[in-house]
Amino acid sequence: MGNVLLQYATVLVLTIFVGTEIIAKVPSILHTPLMSGSNAIHGVILVGSILILGAANTNLEMVLGFLAVILGTLNVVGGFVVTDRMLEMFKAKPKTAKPKSDGVAE
Amino acid sequence: MSRETLIDLIYLISATTFLVALKGLGSPKHARRGNMVAASGMLLAVVATFFKYVDGHPLHHVLLILLGIFIGAIVAVPVARFVKMTAMPQLVAIFNGVGGGAAALVSITEFVHIKSTHPATYVTLEVLLGVLIGTVSFSGSAIAFAKLQELMTGRPVTYPGQQIINGVVGAAALVLIVTILVNGSTPLLWILLALAFVLGIAFVLPIGGADVPVLISLLNAFTGLAVAASGFTLGSNLLIVAGTLVGASGILLTRLMSAAMGRSLSNVLFSAFGSNITASGATDREDGRSVRSGTPEDIAVLLSYASRVVIIPGYGLAVAQGQHVLRELAEELEAKGIEVFYAIHPVAGRMPGHMNVLLAEANVPYEQLKEMDEANSELQTADVALVVGANDTVNPAALEDKTSPIYGMPIIRADLAENIIFLKRSMRPGFAGIENELLYNPKTLLVFGDAKDTLTKVVASVKAL
Repeated sequence: MGNVLLQYATVLVLTIFVGTEIIAKVPSILHTPLMSGSNAIHGVILVGSILILGAANTNLEMVLGFLAVILGTLNVVGGFVVTDRMLEMFKAKPKTAKPKSDGVAE
Repeated sequence: MSRETLIDLIYLISATTFLVALKGLGSPKHARRGNMVAASGMLLAVVATFFKYVDGHPLHHVLLILLGIFIGAIVAVPVARFVKMTAMPQLVAIFNGVGGGAAALVSITEFVHIKSTHPATYVTLEVLLGVLIGTVSFSGSAIAFAKLQELMTGRPVTYPGQQIINGVVGAAALVLIVTILVNGSTPLLWILLALAFVLGIAFVLPIGGADVPVLISLLNAFTGLAVAASGFTLGSNLLIVAGTLVGASGILLTRLMSAAMGRSLSNVLFSAFGSNITASGATDREDGRSVRSGTPEDIAVLLSYASRVVIIPGYGLAVAQGQHVLRELAEELEAKGIEVFYAIHPVAGRMPGHMNVLLAEANVPYEQLKEMDEANSELQTADVALVVGANDTVNPAALEDKTSPIYGMPIIRADLAENIIFLKRSMRPGFAGIENELLYNPKTLLVFGDAKDTLTKVVASVKAL
C-alpha cells in the first residue's frame, strides 16, 4: 500500500517539474490557447468517470457516475474544440498573402 | 502481454501526447497540430478504458456510459463551435467548471463505493481533497461565468465581514475533513460538498471583472489538482500526470499574470479590487474638467499624416467586435507607407492573451503584435497612439499616483506618443473603476461611440483622403 502511494507521489513530483519547464517556454501570445488547451487536458477526468460508472453497484453510484460522464465529456470535447478554434486563427495567417496555396484543409 | 499492461501502455502514450501538445504551444506553427495530437491521445485513452477490468469484472453499464458521452458531446460540440469569439472567456470558464464538477463526482462516488472496505486514511484524504477542490472549482467557475456573461454585475460583490465569513466557512470545511478522516461518515461528506459549493461562490464574488483572467487561470489549476487527487484515489497514473500538468501550468500562468499587473496573487484574490474607488473617484471629477472630443474625420486626418501609429487594443474592441475593421484601417495606413503596430498589454481583455486571439481572428500578422516593454520603447517616437477600448492598461496613475489602487502596475505608455486618440463608449471609468488622467491630457482626442462604428467611419475617411 505505502509503496503504491510513494510511486504515485514520484509521478506527481516529476510531473510538476516537467510541466513547469515546458510551460515556462510558452510565449505570452499563446497564453489563451495554453489555458484552453490545459483545460481540455484535465478533461481526462472522463476516464475516471467511465471507471466509476463501470464499477457502480448501487443506484446512487450510477446516478453520480452518469452525471460525471456527462460533465467529463462536456469538458473534454468542449475544451479541445474551443482550443482548435482558437489555434485555427493563428494558423490562418499565411493565407492572407496567397490564398489556397498550401491546401490547408478547412 | 496482459490486458492490463497493454492498457497501461496506452495510457502512457496518452500522457505523452499531452506533454507534446503543451510543448507544441511554444510556437504558433505547431500549436494546432499539438492540440490534435492531444485530442487523439485522449480518444485513445477513453477507448482503452472500455476494455479495463474494475473490481475483477469488465465494465458494467456500458450503454449508460455511451449514452452519457453522447449527451455530453452533442451539447459541447455546437456550443464550442458556434459561440461568438467574444464569449470565449466565459466558455473556457464553464468547460473548466464542469471538469471540476466531474472530478468532485468521481471522488464522491469512489468514496461511497469503497466505504464498506474501510479504506486507509490517506485514501479518504485524497477523496476529500478531490471533493473540496473540484466543487470549489465548479461553483467558482459558475460565478465567473455569470460575471463574464453579465448575468450579474462585474464589480466586486462585498458585504460586511466578508473575509471573516469566508474564513469561517473555510475553517469549517477543514474541520469537517478531519472529522470525516476519523469516523468515515458519509452524511458529513454531503455537508462538506455543500460547504465547498458555498466556499467557491464566496471566494469568487469579491473578485472584480478586471481580475477574472487571473481567476480563470487559477480555477483551471484547481480543476487540474482535483483531477490529480482523483487519480490518486483511482490509482491512475494518467489522471495524476494530466491533472498535475494542468495544475502546474495554471499556477504558473496565474503568477505570471499577477506579476503583469504589478500585484501579488493574494491582493488579486482578497482585496475586492475596484469596489469602492468608483464612488469617490468618478463623481467629484465629473465637473469642471474638460476633455477634447473629435470626429472620425479628425482621426482620419491625424492618422494619415503620421509616420508611425501604435494601436493599443483593450476589451472594448472585443465587445464592439471591431477587430476586422481595425485591421482594415491598419492595412489602409500601411498602404500609405505608415508604420503600424499593436501594443499588447499582458492583461488586456478578459483572458490571458485575449487580445492576441482577437487580433489573430482578424488575420493580423503576429509579427505586428508587440509586447509591452518593446512597445513602450517605441512609443516615444510614435506620432499617434490609438487606444481602442482600453483604459486601465494605459492609465498613468499606475506610475504617478501613489494613492491609486493600480499604482505599481506596468502600463503601456500611450502618454509618450505625440498624439493620443481614445475611442470610448462613454466617460465611464474602466473595469478597475478608476478615473483615467490621460483622458484630460491636452494631447488627447476623444471620440465617443461604438468602436466598430467609429472605426468604419475612420476607414472611409482615410480612403477618401
